[in-house]
Amino acid sequence: MSVEIDLRLSRGAFRLQVDARLPGQGISAVFGPSGCGKTSLLRAIAGLEPAAQGDLRVNGELWQGAGRFLPPHRRAVGYVFQQPSLFDHLGVRGNLEYGLRRVPVARRRVTLEQAVELMGIGHLLHRRAQNLSGGEQQRVAIARALAVSPSLLLLDEPLAALDEPRKQAILPCLQDLHRELGIPVLYVSHTRSELVRLADRLLLLDQGRVQALGPLDELFARLDLPLAQAPDSAAVIEARMVARDERYGLNRLQFSGGLLEVAGDALPVGETRRLQVLARDVSVTLEQPRQTSILNVFPALIEEQVGHGSAQVMLRLRLGDSRLLSRVTRKSAETLGLQPGRRVYAQVKSVALVA
Amino acid sequence: MMPGADDLTALWITLKLAALTTLILLLLGTPLAWWLARSRWRGRFLVEAVVALPLVLPPTVLGFYLLVALGPHGPLGGLMRALGGEPLAFTFNGLVIGSVIYSLPFVVQPLQAAFSAIGARPLEVAATLGASPLDRFVTVALPQARAGFVTAAVLGFAHTLGEFGVVLMIGGNIPGRTQVISIAIYDHVEALEYGQAHWLSGGLLLLSFLLLMGVYALNRRFSVARP
Repeated sequence: MSVEIDLRLSRGAFRLQVDARLPGQGISAVFGPSGCGKTSLLRAIAGLEPAAQGDLRVNGELWQGAGRFLPPHRRAVGYVFQQPSLFDHLGVRGNLEYGLRRVPVARRRVTLEQAVELMGIGHLLHRRAQNLSGGEQQRVAIARALAVSPSLLLLDEPLAALDEPRKQAILPCLQDLHRELGIPVLYVSHTRSELVRLADRLLLLDQGRVQALGPLDELFARLDLPLAQAPDSAAVIEARMVARDERYGLNRLQFSGGLLEVAGDALPVGETRRLQVLARDVSVTLEQPRQTSILNVFPALIEEQVGHGSAQVMLRLRLGDSRLLSRVTRKSAETLGLQPGRRVYAQVKSVALVA
Repeated sequence: MMPGADDLTALWITLKLAALTTLILLLLGTPLAWWLARSRWRGRFLVEAVVALPLVLPPTVLGFYLLVALGPHGPLGGLMRALGGEPLAFTFNGLVIGSVIYSLPFVVQPLQAAFSAIGARPLEVAATLGASPLDRFVTVALPQARAGFVTAAVLGFAHTLGEFGVVLMIGGNIPGRTQVISIAIYDHVEALEYGQAHWLSGGLLLLSFLLLMGVYALNRRFSVARP
């Protein structure tokens, strides 16, 4: 089970050249600046770009290559465009059934009921498509794509046209769908918070080429990628809820570098959550701080260090198997003699639970 | 004075001509309009110009060339004669051919506009949902262009109804065979039979108005889709 992509596409001066192999499960996010070829890549995978050259194999099935080009309607693909693009001559149910009816019964793995329930649109089935709000339309569009039982689900910035509350309402549905249906998802986005929330893996594109491909937490902590150079650069770590401190309203979460205390509503014990730690919220000291208001202090090793603008330095710290980013001033770095290999203490001022 | 038997025959021939012309134009015009709306061929404008020609040509010019082509020595008339049929000039069939050409832009242009307005996206969506090109055309393009079809059919029909110049050139004015209503009105006026002319003109005015009213009412309803 995997998605093997080796596609090339030229349009005017723009050249897309992507050679990547993605596992046949989980959510892979395609990330990069506008115009880097994210949408073109998805269109080429769906077969909507007849000029695309190269090979494409999805779960062992050859979609393109060796002189063969499977037209889009023969590819078991689910595609959700940035705009919902519902058929306005059909009602909601008509839209959902349009794809479903064209899938042979033997190949159906997702039922209409499943798709409807996952996206929470049961109450909309008898409505007219164009009377729905933008968020409702996009839910229907996603359910419509799911109902064709795709081998690969392509989501092209499905939340870009929605306002923040509607985004927040759909995100959990997207997390559920990949957990429940086990369909690999390629998710195009240029919003970091969506990536952190959803993606297991990142495919970074830059000017039509693959800049990096790997697990999200690894790529977020790589100092040579533009991700770490953003003002809101952050590390992502996974931690398991182990205990609740009711007296102070804190959750204790275990990660490979130690025990984190995070304020917030009680979490179910045993649950694994994804945490985001902004580089600007991590500072370092040479000696273990004794009297500090910061709860989360961990011994760490400086793995790598690069300049960040003229006045700042970005550090990559290793804590157990986890990585944190820390942004400090160049003056502090020089005064403390910070350099790779140096043992320090990381003070984590703030942690955000994302998923 | 009330209209006579010849007038009723002329009305019947006119309606038959308009209905047949509209049917043929919808059958020929749909693929042509679809191609014009979707093609990226650089020479497409040539075809568009040819389709639009009947809009600007005087009907007599069109009628003259058709007369030459359809007559016994013309290419089409000669072909008919070689096949053992009668020449097309001065026949009802000749009128149908003339009307099809004359009303072509009135059917093709609304259809082309309706197909273009759909855009590529709904068809791409349908493709990713497993619909073949023909399937997409039938289940997405046709229903989404239905307002264009109503407009095209009514404009084609109404325009053929009011045809004068081309019919006079290629159909002559044979009562009971090729005399259509617009020419019957002309004859009545020539003969100073204003009573009959009033009846026929008023009837044609009312019919045209009702047709157009129907289109606009339908198009308003179509802009709100079925549930």
